[in-house]
Amino acid sequence: MNLPASEVRSAPAAKERRIPKHLAEEWRGRTYVYLCVLIMIVTIFSIVYFIASRGLAPFISHGVSVSEMMFGLEWRPDGEPAVFGALPFLFGSFSTSLLAAVIAAPLGLCASLFMTEIMPKLGKTVLQPGIELLAGIPSVVYGFVGLSVIVPFLRDVFPGLGVGVLAGSLVLSIMILPTVTTVSTDALRSLPRGLKEGSMALGATRWQTISRIILPTLLPSLLTGVVLGIARAFGEALAVQMVIGNAPHIPHSLFESAATLTSIITLSMGNTTSGSLHNNALWSLALMLLLMTFVFVFVVRMLERRVKR
Amino acid sequence: MIEIEKLQLYYGEFQALKNIRLSIPERSITAFIGPSGCGKSTLLRTLNRMNDSIPGVRIEGRVELQGKDIYSADTEVESLRKRVGMVFQQPNPFPKSIYDNVAYGPRLHGKLKKADLDELVERSLRAASLWEEVKDNLKKSALGLSGGQQQRLCIARALAVEPEVLLMDESTSALDPISTTKIEELTRELSRSYTIVMVTHNMHQAARISDRTVFFLNGEVVEAADTQMLFSSPVDQRTEDYISGRFG
Repeated sequence: MNLPASEVRSAPAAKERRIPKHLAEEWRGRTYVYLCVLIMIVTIFSIVYFIASRGLAPFISHGVSVSEMMFGLEWRPDGEPAVFGALPFLFGSFSTSLLAAVIAAPLGLCASLFMTEIMPKLGKTVLQPGIELLAGIPSVVYGFVGLSVIVPFLRDVFPGLGVGVLAGSLVLSIMILPTVTTVSTDALRSLPRGLKEGSMALGATRWQTISRIILPTLLPSLLTGVVLGIARAFGEALAVQMVIGNAPHIPHSLFESAATLTSIITLSMGNTTSGSLHNNALWSLALMLLLMTFVFVFVVRMLERRVKR
Repeated sequence: MIEIEKLQLYYGEFQALKNIRLSIPERSITAFIGPSGCGKSTLLRTLNRMNDSIPGVRIEGRVELQGKDIYSADTEVESLRKRVGMVFQQPNPFPKSIYDNVAYGPRLHGKLKKADLDELVERSLRAASLWEEVKDNLKKSALGLSGGQQQRLCIARALAVEPEVLLMDESTSALDPISTTKIEELTRELSRSYTIVMVTHNMHQAARISDRTVFFLNGEVVEAADTQMLFSSPVDQRTEDYISGRFG
C-alpha cells in the first residue's frame, strides 16, 4: 500500500496493475457519497409509496369516493355505515396555518427589519439568538403554554371554551415566527449595500428606503419565509391538538373548537387496527398532508426562481 | 460653494480626517486624489452626510454649503442630500424600470403631474446622455442595461432631484475604458451647470478632466491647486513623489 515513491518508480510493471492511491481514494469517496444518496432516495420513495398505498386503499378497496373524502362534512368512522368526510380537517388545517401566517408575517418582518436596519448590533447579539431559541422549543411545550395561558385567556375574554381555531392559530404563529424572521433577516442581510445607500443619497428617509426599495426588492424572499412558515404550521400536530378542541366539524367562529388533518391523525392513530378502514382513512389524511407539502415546496421553488431573476 | 473649515473626523479612536481646510468652487470639477485609505472618500461622504449612518463616527469643524453649516442642528439631512447628489463606485440602479429609477428621487420629494414627471425624466436622461439609448425602453428593467449605461442612469437619477452639487465616488473604476471615456465627457459637460466633486484613484483621470485637484495623504490635505499647476509644478515634495509614481 504505502510504497515509497522511489520503489514505485523503479517498478513500472507493478505500477500498471496497481490503481494509484489518489484514484482509489477518489473512487472510495464517490462510492460512499453515492451510497448515501441511494439510501436517501430509497427511503423517500418508500415513504411516499407506503403512504400512497395505505392512503389510497379506502378509495380502491373500500369504495369510499374521493369526493366524499374531500368534500364530505361528516367524519364518523364508527358509524353504520362509516362516513369519512375530511373537509372539516382540511378547513381546520388551512384556516389555522393561514391565520397563523397572517399573524406571524408582519411580526416576523418587523422583527427582522429591526434587527437589520434599526439596531443591527443588538439584533445580532441578542435578538437573533433569542428568536432562534424559539425554534428549538419542543412543540409539546408550546401546546402546554397555549393550554395554560392562551386558552384560559380566550375563555375569559371571548365567548366559548377558549379552545378553538384562534387558540391554535396563536400557538402556531409563535411557533412559525422564527422561520419567518430568520428567512427575512437573511434576505435583508443579503441586500446589496449600494441599493440602500443609493436611495438614502437621493434624500430618502429610512422608512422611505425600506418601503420603496428594500421591501419590493426582497418581496419574493420574504414570501418564501411566509410559505415555509405556513408549511411548518400545516404539519404541526401536537401543539395544535392540545388547544384546538378536536371537534370534527367546520367551526362557525374563531372561538369554536375544530380539528386539523394532523391533530385527528395523532388522536385516532392509536385507537385503530392496522389495515382497518378507519386506519387506512387516516392514511388518506396523511396523503393529503404529503401532497400539500409538495405544493409548498413547489411554491417555494417558484419564489426562489423569481429571487434569482 | 463649499467651504470646509477645521474638519476633524474620527472613526472611534482613529482619526480619519485631520484639520481639513478646503474650498470647493462652483461649477467646476474638483478631484480628490491620493493613495487608498488617505481619507478622500471619507471627506466626499461628509459632504452629503453619508457618514452619519456609520456607527462610531464623530465629526468636528464646519462644512458650509452656500454659507450654511450642513452639520448644524437645524439642517435636515434629507433636504441636504437633495441638494448634494451622489454617484457611487458600483453602479447601483434599483431593481425597477429605467423610468422608475429616474423618477424615484422626484417622487420622494413631492407629487408631480404625470406630464411634468415625464418631462423631468427625459431631461435628466438627456443630461446624462442616455436618452437616445433608452427612450424606447423606459419601461424595461434597469438591470438589463450595461455597466456603463447603468452608471449613466445613476447620474440621471441623481440629476432628477435637481441638485447643486454632484459627488462622484470613483464612479468609473468599475467600468471599461469606453464607458469611462463617456462618463468623463459627460462629467465635463455637467460641470458647466453643476459643482462636481470626484474621488479618483486614477491620477490621469484627475489630470484629464478636473479643474482643481486636491492631494490627500494620511487624512490630511497636502496640496490643493489648479489641476495644471498641481501636476506641472507641485509645491510639496510628497505631492511630487506621488504624481511621479514614487509611491501609492
